[in-house]
Amino acid sequence: MPTETDNDALLQYAVRLGDDALMLGHRLSEWCSRAPFLEEDLAITNVALDYLGRARMFYSYAAQREGKGRSEDDFAYLRDCRDYQNFLINELPRGDFAYTMARQFLVDAFNIELLAAITQSTDETLAAIAEKSYKESKYHLRRSSNWMLRLGNGTEESHARLQHALQELWPYTHELFEMDALEQRLAAAGIAADLAALKPAWENRLKPLLAEATIACPVGQQAVRGGRQGLHTEHLGHMLSELQFLQRAYPGLQW
Amino acid sequence: MSARALVPLVPIEQLQRQRTRDRSELRAVWNLLDSVKDPEIPVLSIWDLGILRDVRREGERITVVITPTYSGCPAMDTITTDIGRVLAAAGYTHITVRSQLAPTWSTAWLSEEGREKLRNYGIAAPGNCGDSGAAQLVVCPQCHSAQVERISEFGSTTCKALYKCRECLEPFDYFKPL
Repeated sequence: MPTETDNDALLQYAVRLGDDALMLGHRLSEWCSRAPFLEEDLAITNVALDYLGRARMFYSYAAQREGKGRSEDDFAYLRDCRDYQNFLINELPRGDFAYTMARQFLVDAFNIELLAAITQSTDETLAAIAEKSYKESKYHLRRSSNWMLRLGNGTEESHARLQHALQELWPYTHELFEMDALEQRLAAAGIAADLAALKPAWENRLKPLLAEATIACPVGQQAVRGGRQGLHTEHLGHMLSELQFLQRAYPGLQW
Repeated sequence: MSARALVPLVPIEQLQRQRTRDRSELRAVWNLLDSVKDPEIPVLSIWDLGILRDVRREGERITVVITPTYSGCPAMDTITTDIGRVLAAAGYTHITVRSQLAPTWSTAWLSEEGREKLRNYGIAAPGNCGDSGAAQLVVCPQCHSAQVERISEFGSTTCKALYKCRECLEPFDYFKPL
C-alpha cells in the first residue's frame, strides 16, 4: 500500500504526462482544415487524436489516484495556467508547417524513448498506457521523419524555414531531460523514466536524420525551462482561453 | 507450395480469445454482442476486431470488458453505448462496460474472418502478426495487385493508412499493423 506522499507524487506524474499530451494534441488540432493538402490534414488531426486520447488516459488515472470524484475533464478544462506542468515545447504556437513538423520530430523522437522507458515502470497502469502510446508514436515518428527529409531536401524556402524552426525550438529541448526532486524520487522507485538517461538515444535518432535532411544540428546551450514547475510561456493562457472556453462559459455542458 | 497453405497458423492472442469465449458460461451474451459493429467499419463486429475481451457476471450484473484500438479512438464511446443498448433490448438490466488497457490490443487480435470481411469491404487487411517491424505485404483489395504505393501514413481514421494501387489506380485504405 503506497503512502500518501507516494500516491500524491504518482498522481502528479500522471498529470504531467497528461499535460504534455493535451498541449501538443491541441496545437496539432489547430491545423484541422488548414493543412497544406487533404491527406496531410487527415494525418495531422489523427495524430492530434492520439495525443488527446493519451491525455485522457493519463488524466483518468490521475483522477482515480486522487479519489476525490474529479474526472479527466476536470483536469483538462478546469485548471489555470500555473496548474499545468507540461514541458514548454508542447505549448508553443503551431507556427508554420515547417515549425510544426520540426517540433513534432523533436518530440516524437523524445516520446519514443520516454514511453519505452515507462513501459518498464513498476506502476502497471502507467506501463500499460505507455505500451499503447509507444506503438502509436512509432507511426508519428516515421511520419515526422519523412517530413524532415522532404522539407530539408526540398526547396531553398522549405530548407530555410526548417532550419529556422529548429533553431527556434532548440532552447526548449533541454528541459526534456531534466528532473525535479519529485521525478527523481519516482525514477529511483522504478515508477518514472530517468530522463537524463534518455538523451544519448534521443541524440542518436536526431543527428543522422538531420544530416540526411541537410539541416545543421543547433549547438546552443541557451535553455528555456520551467514547465514542470508551472512556469509557462505567454502562449499558454491564450491557448487555454480557447481550449477551455466552452466549459468556462457553460459549466458542465455535455456534447 | 508453402507450409502456410497447409497449416492454418492462428496467433496465440486469437487462440486465447477463442478459448475464453468457448469456455464462458455466458455464451448467449457473447453471441448477442456479435451484433455490435464498429461504427466506422460496420462490417466488423467488436469480436472480429478483437476489442471484445471478456464477459463476466456477478449476481445480476453483466460486465463487458473491451479494449481500445488506438488511444484516441472516438468509436469507443459509441461502442459502449451500443453494447448497453443491445444487452438492454435482450432483457439485461444491470450492465457495466469496462475498458481495459493491458495486454495492449494489436492487429494480431483481428480474427481471420475479420480480415476477410475487411478485404471484401475494400480495406486492405494487415498480416496476423501485429507490428513485428517486418515489412508487410500490402495488397490492393480491388484487383489484388501488390504494386501499391503509400500516399499517407494516416487515412480516414487513426487505424488506417492511405494507399493507391498502381495497377488499377484505385485509392484504398489499409488497416495498419499495430
